[in-house]
Amino acid sequence: MGKRVGMEVSIAASEAVRLANVDVIAAYPITPQTHIVEHLSEFVNNGELDAEFVPVESEHSAMSVCSGSQAVGARSFTCTSSQGLILMSEIVYCTAAMRLPVIMVLANRSLSNPISIWNDHTDVMSIRDCGWIQYFAENGQDVFDHVLISYRVGEDRDVMLPVIVNMDGFSVSHVIEPVELVDQETVDKFLPPYKPDIVLDPAHPVTMGAIVLPSCYTEAKKAQDEAVKASMPTILKGWQEFGDLTGRYYHPIEEYRTEGAEVLLVTMGGIGETAMWAVDQMREKGRPVGLLKMRLWRPFPFEEFRKAASKARMLVVVDRAISYGGPGGPVASELRSALYNEPKRPLVANFIAGLASRDVAPFDFIEMVDRAEGACKKGMEPEYEIYGVRE
Amino acid sequence: MKPEQDYKWRDFERGYVITEPGSSREYHTGDWRSQRPIFDKERCIKCGVCWIFCPDCAIRFDAEGYAEMDLDYCKGCGICSRECLPGAITMVDEEG
Repeated sequence: MGKRVGMEVSIAASEAVRLANVDVIAAYPITPQTHIVEHLSEFVNNGELDAEFVPVESEHSAMSVCSGSQAVGARSFTCTSSQGLILMSEIVYCTAAMRLPVIMVLANRSLSNPISIWNDHTDVMSIRDCGWIQYFAENGQDVFDHVLISYRVGEDRDVMLPVIVNMDGFSVSHVIEPVELVDQETVDKFLPPYKPDIVLDPAHPVTMGAIVLPSCYTEAKKAQDEAVKASMPTILKGWQEFGDLTGRYYHPIEEYRTEGAEVLLVTMGGIGETAMWAVDQMREKGRPVGLLKMRLWRPFPFEEFRKAASKARMLVVVDRAISYGGPGGPVASELRSALYNEPKRPLVANFIAGLASRDVAPFDFIEMVDRAEGACKKGMEPEYEIYGVRE
Repeated sequence: MKPEQDYKWRDFERGYVITEPGSSREYHTGDWRSQRPIFDKERCIKCGVCWIFCPDCAIRFDAEGYAEMDLDYCKGCGICSRECLPGAITMVDEEG
C-alpha cells in the first residue's frame, strides 16, 4: 500500500500529476493555485518529470496550449482559480466540445468585484455548462486520488472528455494533511498511456474545431450532451477500480449518517467535513439529521441523488455561490429541479454561506437546520437566504 | 461527405473532427451572393489587383492571363469591382 505522509494539498496535487506522467503542463500563476504550478515547474526543472512546461502569458493561452497538446496525443495538465478561469473560459468550452481530455485542478476562489482572493464556488459556477466532467474534492486525499482518476476516466475511449477537479482554495489547497500516496507501479497499472485514435498529424491531416451550420449545430450539441451523460458508467468503473487498488472507494454522492434521517444537509467541497461534525452533534441530541456530500457535479447524478433524498422530509442545501436575482444557489436550484417530478419530494431550504472563505462552523450548520425547521413549522416553504449577513 | 442536412447526431466523428481534408470546397459559398460581378475582358489589363484583393480566393486566371470569377465561391462583395484599375468589373443584382 502507498506511503502516508503529511503534505500540503497543492503539493499532493502536483505529486499526482507527476505520477500520471503528463507530457505537457501549461499554467499561469494565480492565488490560490500557484503552489501547484510552482511545484510542477520544479519537477520539470529537476528532471523528475519528463514534460514540456510552457510558461504562458495568460490562462487563455494555458488552455489553448493544453488543448493543442492534447490534440496531438500528449497528456496535458493545467490549473487555475477565479479570474484566471474566466479569462480562459472561451477555450474551456472548446476543449470539451472537441473532446480533448485535458485535466484541470481548480483551487476555487471568489470572482471579482470586490476583489477577493478567498474561497467559494463562484468561479467554477460561472462555467457550469462548459461540458467538462466536474468533481468536487473534500480533502487532500480526494484531490490526489481524483487527479489520477480523472486521467483514467477522461481518456477512456468511451468518454474522451476533459475533467475539472475542484478543491477549495486555502482551506483545502494550502493546508497540510495526511495523504496516502500511490506508488508508481500501482499508478501505471491503473492509468495506461494516452493513446487517442484521432490526433493532429501532418501525415494524416484532419480538421479539428471546424464550423457547423445551423443545419447541424443542434445535432452537434445533442451528441455532446449524450457524451457527458454516457460518461457515468466509466466514472463509476474508474472509482471501483481505483478502490480495488487502493482501498479508497468513492461515490457520486457520499452519504453520512443518513439512516433514518428526516433532514439532510447537502454540501459540496471542503465544508462537508465540518458538516459531519455538526451532524454528529445533532445526532447526539437525538435529532434525525444526516448529510449528503455531492462529489460529482457533472454529469449530474440524478439517480443517486433522488435515491438518497427520497426518504428525507427536508433538505438543507448549503451553496457557496449565488445567482444574482435568480433562484438562489446553483446547487439548490439543480436539486429542486431534479426533485420536481418526483411524486414525493422533500422541501428544499437553501443557505448561501462561506462566501470568500467566511467560516462556516459546526454551529452554523445547526443554526441553518434550526432556521429551516422553524420556517417549515410556520408552513412556509423556505426560500434561499444569504446566511450570516449583517443587517 | 454527405449533405449536411443528412447528418443525425450519432453521425459525427467524436469532437466533430473532419477526417477528410479539403472538404470545405464542397460548401459553395457563392449561394450567399446578392450581386454578381460582370467582367469586361476588353478593359482588363491583366494587372491581378482583383486577384490580390478577393477575400475568398474566388478569382483565377485563364490561359491568356485574364481574370475569371469562380461563381461557386464568389460571395458578391464587390471588392474586386471597387479596386479594378481600368473599371473592368461591374456588379449587377442577381435575378430573384
